Amino acid sequence: MNNKIKRYIPQILTILFVVLIFGFFTINAQVNMDNRGIDFGFGFLKQEASFDMQFTLLDYDGQDSYMWAYVVALLNTLLVSFLGIIFCTILGVIIGVARLSGNFLIRNSAAWYVEFFRNIPLLLQIFFWYYAALRALPLPEKAEPWFGVTYMTIKGYYIPSMIWENLSVFMSCLLASIISIIFIKIYAKKIQEKEGKQLPVLYISLGLITILPLLSFLFGGVTLDFEIPVLKQLAKTSFIFEGGIRLPPELIALVLALSLYTSTFVAECVRAGIQGISKGQKEAAASVGLNPNQILKLVIMPQALRIIIPPTTNQYLNLTKNSSLAAAIAYPDLVLVFAGTALMQTGKAIEIVGITMLTYLTISLSIAALMNWYNKRIEIKEK
Amino acid sequence: MKISLSQIKSNNYITNIYLGTFLFSLSIFDVFLYSFLNINITSFLPGNLSLFFPLIIGFIGLSFLRMEYSGIKIIDNLNKHINTSNFNALLTLIIIFALLKALPPALSWMVLDANISGDTKQACTGTGACWTYIKVWFKRFMYGMYPNEMHWRINSAFILVIALGFAGYFFKENLKKYLALYYVVIYPIIAFLIIYYLISGGSFGLVWVETGAWGGLSLTFIVSFFCLIFCFPLGMILALGRRSNLPAVRYTSICYIEFWRGVPLITVLFMSSVMFPMFLPEDFFMDKLVRVIIAITLFEAAYCAEVIRGGLQALPRGQYDAAKSLGMGYWKMHIFVILPQALKLVIPGIANTFLALVKDTPLIFVVGLAEIAGMLALAKTNPKWLGFAMEGYIFAAIIFWIICYAMSKYSYNLEQKYKTER
Repeated sequence: MNNKIKRYIPQILTILFVVLIFGFFTINAQVNMDNRGIDFGFGFLKQEASFDMQFTLLDYDGQDSYMWAYVVALLNTLLVSFLGIIFCTILGVIIGVARLSGNFLIRNSAAWYVEFFRNIPLLLQIFFWYYAALRALPLPEKAEPWFGVTYMTIKGYYIPSMIWENLSVFMSCLLASIISIIFIKIYAKKIQEKEGKQLPVLYISLGLITILPLLSFLFGGVTLDFEIPVLKQLAKTSFIFEGGIRLPPELIALVLALSLYTSTFVAECVRAGIQGISKGQKEAAASVGLNPNQILKLVIMPQALRIIIPPTTNQYLNLTKNSSLAAAIAYPDLVLVFAGTALMQTGKAIEIVGITMLTYLTISLSIAALMNWYNKRIEIKEK
Repeated sequence: MKISLSQIKSNNYITNIYLGTFLFSLSIFDVFLYSFLNINITSFLPGNLSLFFPLIIGFIGLSFLRMEYSGIKIIDNLNKHINTSNFNALLTLIIIFALLKALPPALSWMVLDANISGDTKQACTGTGACWTYIKVWFKRFMYGMYPNEMHWRINSAFILVIALGFAGYFFKENLKKYLALYYVVIYPIIAFLIIYYLISGGSFGLVWVETGAWGGLSLTFIVSFFCLIFCFPLGMILALGRRSNLPAVRYTSICYIEFWRGVPLITVLFMSSVMFPMFLPEDFFMDKLVRVIIAITLFEAAYCAEVIRGGLQALPRGQYDAAKSLGMGYWKMHIFVILPQALKLVIPGIANTFLALVKDTPLIFVVGLAEIAGMLALAKTNPKWLGFAMEGYIFAAIIFWIICYAMSKYSYNLEQKYKTER
């Protein structure tokens, strides 16, 4: 009896505490909203947004609804996160491997790179790139071409855009090649387990992924044209580039800062993963008669990835959450557009901040769930 | 990447050393002359070859130098550390040349062509950095809009708080057992009172300065300090809650932790500034700074909790069993047996959380508090001082870098110290 009370009292107190806090907040919110004449509801999502966005991936203008503005802004956030994740992975792997190099200079430059970018607040780095470094770029009329056709100017980075014809044919070819590669991989694994033979999967997949799309150009009627940005004079002293795609400086600064900052953490994860494998593994694999390539592919990498992937995913999540700093330099991401502009216009603080937080929470929790599932799958099953 | 140069190597290793040293130093000398004195001694070579000349020469020189044993210490060290293979030699050369190329412009911008004299923008005439800007704005960057003649109040408050923080070290033996109580309960209260009465003022003959005027680096310190001392106990309670075997307590803690860890800090700050006032009674006013501190504390407590949970999980079961077999209850067991050991384990992790906290504080700029990033934004848009964003951000970056680097080194040292003890 005594034990039961001991178990229940703290639980009841906790629940009471939570209920009281939520109740207090709800009642206050109710009273406050009544006083100010605001009503709670999500009807505003269908109203006309009537604000503009500087940079969008999908078609958007002020006549679209708040709902559509939300989708477009979310896509902008995802774009930054996606680009940041790609660049930070490439950089992070290089730096992480370099930190283990036998070369004194390489090892130490990598270490200093990590120490340098890790210890400066991300916000300051974003500001530095946006307000200081990218402002030093030339005006459009004075820009020198990079790689012949792209222009880095103070107004953004102009790159050629692709104009496809029969894109769907090309895409289906690409999809077909990817599906066939997956089947070949499964088949190769079967063969290896049955007969011990190894198929050159890599070469076959490389061949497939180049040849099938190429065939679509030859026989499928697919054409690809590039639209190259051209300098155009607007007024006497004002020039802009026309055609092509313009990557705004906000996007560049954000991706630069995010990938440089996060790459230091990825590098540390990679280093820890490689260091975490004992030398014995390598020696054992060699003594079984595997060649260095096979050792790396079949013994080292599977084990290192098991250590590397979970913390690295965490860093990707952090990068996605940090991409919300976009609001500080006016890149139209979810926080700026939705929790900033839309909130100012509608005054629906609770609904809008709630939706924004829920969006990030959904992204985080779903990736975390995926990660847990993956961890369970690759876990070493001890007998 | 296997270029064989063995054919041109002579059999006499002395010749190889002389030749290698000569070529290697020639390549470095060439780059040095070009970048520091702007003399191109290879201008007679056609276009691109002149650019790659030092690289090629240095590469050949290093491959001449590469040998098992030379008997000369420097060359042996060179071979062992930076010249182990062709690929390494190439990377080495690229790094050395990049450093030589980058040093002169950086040096001349930061030091040689820079200005620090004068009080106006006109004093900055050189092509280099304008440190005059930093000098003139220094007080603003440090203290925000806090009235100039009252800066002593901030300084003395900080000195007092730091001194009290160290007071724990000088406790007598019989007071040692109250150390935890002191740091968790008494110290935060005293620190709060000091900062409230000294910096805010309003009594004891001190003029009231509202929080809107606080700013600069001192605000960064105030915010991170309070978040730091409040988030630790909260995180500890949450960590215990998450490990509890009472379902209601456990799920409440899990929900709390996962919620805060799943949202970006910036949305939390937005919540504290626009949404939170809606949740408070109408006549109840809470200062924006206080709201922000509460928001960051709640946010960081979730991270803190996860770190502490790691420490709790790392303790062997035997510790729990032993404590229980002595007849200790839940709280007794945790306070006297589990937490002291677990907290010792997680000191590095906690230090990292605090480091992240310090790096996160500039974000309060987004909700309109003028800490150092905010002051920089203000200064760079001042019509009298346009065009010095670079200097400002570099200055702030250096300050933060020093603080964060020192913290990370300290946490690394702690980690090493406790590693050996176990």
